[in-house]
Amino acid sequence: MIERACSQEGKEIVKLEDAQKIYQMGTQEVKALAGVTVSFKRGSFWAIMGPSGSGKSTMMNILGCLDRLSSGRYYLEGQDVSTLDDDSLSELRLRHLGFIFQSFNLIPQLTVQRNIELPLYYLGWDSVQSAQRAKEIAEEVGLGDRLGHRPTELSGGQMQRVAIGRALANDPQILFADEPTGNLDTTTGEQILELLVKLNKQGKTIIIVTHESTIADHARNKLHMLDGRIDRIEGNSNEAN
Amino acid sequence: MRQTRFARNIWLGIENLLLHKLRSFLTMLGVVFGVGSVVAMLSVGEGASKEALEQIRKLGSNNIIVSSVKSAEEEALSTTHSHMSIYGLLYEDHRRIAESFSHVKQTAPAKIMRKDSRLGEKEMELRVVGTIPQWFELVPREVVAGRVLLPLDVAQKTPVAILTEYGARKILATESTIGQTIRIGGDQFEVIGIVKSESGQAQAGNIQIQIPDQEVDVYIPMEVARRYFGDIFTKRTSSGDEREKVELHQIIVEVDEGDKVEAVAAGIKRMMEQFHKKKDYAVSVPLALRKQAEATKRRFNIVLGSIAGISLLVGGIGIMNIMLASVTERTREIGIRRAIGAKRRQIVYQFLIETTVLSTTGGIIGLGVGALIPFLITYFSGMITVMTWKGILLPLSISVTIGILFGLYPAMHAAKVEPIVALRHE
Repeated sequence: MIERACSQEGKEIVKLEDAQKIYQMGTQEVKALAGVTVSFKRGSFWAIMGPSGSGKSTMMNILGCLDRLSSGRYYLEGQDVSTLDDDSLSELRLRHLGFIFQSFNLIPQLTVQRNIELPLYYLGWDSVQSAQRAKEIAEEVGLGDRLGHRPTELSGGQMQRVAIGRALANDPQILFADEPTGNLDTTTGEQILELLVKLNKQGKTIIIVTHESTIADHARNKLHMLDGRIDRIEGNSNEAN
Repeated sequence: MRQTRFARNIWLGIENLLLHKLRSFLTMLGVVFGVGSVVAMLSVGEGASKEALEQIRKLGSNNIIVSSVKSAEEEALSTTHSHMSIYGLLYEDHRRIAESFSHVKQTAPAKIMRKDSRLGEKEMELRVVGTIPQWFELVPREVVAGRVLLPLDVAQKTPVAILTEYGARKILATESTIGQTIRIGGDQFEVIGIVKSESGQAQAGNIQIQIPDQEVDVYIPMEVARRYFGDIFTKRTSSGDEREKVELHQIIVEVDEGDKVEAVAAGIKRMMEQFHKKKDYAVSVPLALRKQAEATKRRFNIVLGSIAGISLLVGGIGIMNIMLASVTERTREIGIRRAIGAKRRQIVYQFLIETTVLSTTGGIIGLGVGALIPFLITYFSGMITVMTWKGILLPLSISVTIGILFGLYPAMHAAKVEPIVALRHE
């Protein structure tokens, strides 16, 4: 097990302590996470890598507050969230986290604008403010002229931009991207990654899950998973402590 | 303009439903017909009770009607020649009823005869009722012209006559007839007024009551009738003349309080039993009619209510069924919303709003359908139907409730979806 000391408490945005996630598969117990201890700093850009079944998706679900640990501790911005209830986790996702998925996961019946506005709707913004914000974000991700379109009328790259826009709407501290380029051609994928790099430079913590090293190369730090454990960590040790 | 959050949520629900217009419409149909049948049921029931109340009003709601009845034996005997039937109410009965009960406010006796009458050139047999001024208070009828009987007429025993509209039509009297002389039997009467006629009979269940002034043509003072025509009547029939002695044909009794009517009626019955060996009388209580009408209405409501209830239930299940399918279909959407940060109760809320919008829209359309049915019933069968606010608001609130009730299960089902499972769902 690789233990990383935390020299600068305040700068840690996520921290796992002996995190375990056990699934019951029939009579068999499957340890998707078998005791992981790691922490990421605010403003870092991480790629979580590993073959399928290595636990990288479980890792993202846990870090993204979409799932709960079987045992161990998870601190998000210093707060222990491992024992929070469903509503509180929802609240955390709503206020602090953003998600980008391989299959974009846009709501097909809603327009681009309404998709981007979705987090604001749950945050309770009124329609005028939401529309204003959606417009700004659409400009930022290069979709200023597509606000009235429906997802089905867009290309893959455009759909992923909408998804990024939606993930940014609530101004999250951490952006999670699960195979964000998996359904895109190389050129488009490259553009999406550049957009993520740009967002990281603006100060967002970004955590990408991927099995392709070319994609992971955009990240400044890489975490290799194997059989539910951390296999090795690559990158600038100043950032990956 | 800024929408309120609630209006926005409803609008979102409508938008989602409009994505599948046919499906939403078909889902709604159950509620449409359910609410339609409730509305129709209520307006038919309301109409029936209004009809009964109207009949009771015509009869006088606090009245008891005691009438002479020719018994079956008398009827058989009267075919033999030279027999005189003696039956019915006596002047003494009237006096006893008027004096014995503390809750009797006033009474009016009536003597009913048929007399050949003549007005100008027109000759007709008229039904003549001899009565007293109180009659016109117990059986209030609009005065078309002139006036009704007054105590003065009784005191002076003047031969005056009040025509009903019905009688006036028969004998061709008009308003200008007031003050003229009409010949009734062999005697001269001064026409002093014309009153409106009410006709028909009130019926509810097995109770049937003739309206007291059914087919009366002319009223004259009781004392005058008694003096001029006596108590013995000769009826011309095909087998010869029948003679009857009847002192009074009817006594109308007004009771001062509505809830004393039945007690007084029972008292009158006991008194009549005591003084009449034969059952040559009948006591009818219009109030019993109302009770009968209400009982009928209750039964009617239970039967129709259960039918309507079943169709609403079917409508609700239809909504639930479609919403469950919709939840499965939209598992991914639910997952996305949950991942973004929607709480379970917000998902519940979203789906509840959709079912409620569905059922309420169905309810509104059902109101239209339900308003049409009573209209058709009235048009084809002549039954009175009445739409009340209750009849509109009750089905509407039922339909909203149906939406919430039957939407709850699918909505809870939706909220149980785990975001990570939902996101993997294809």
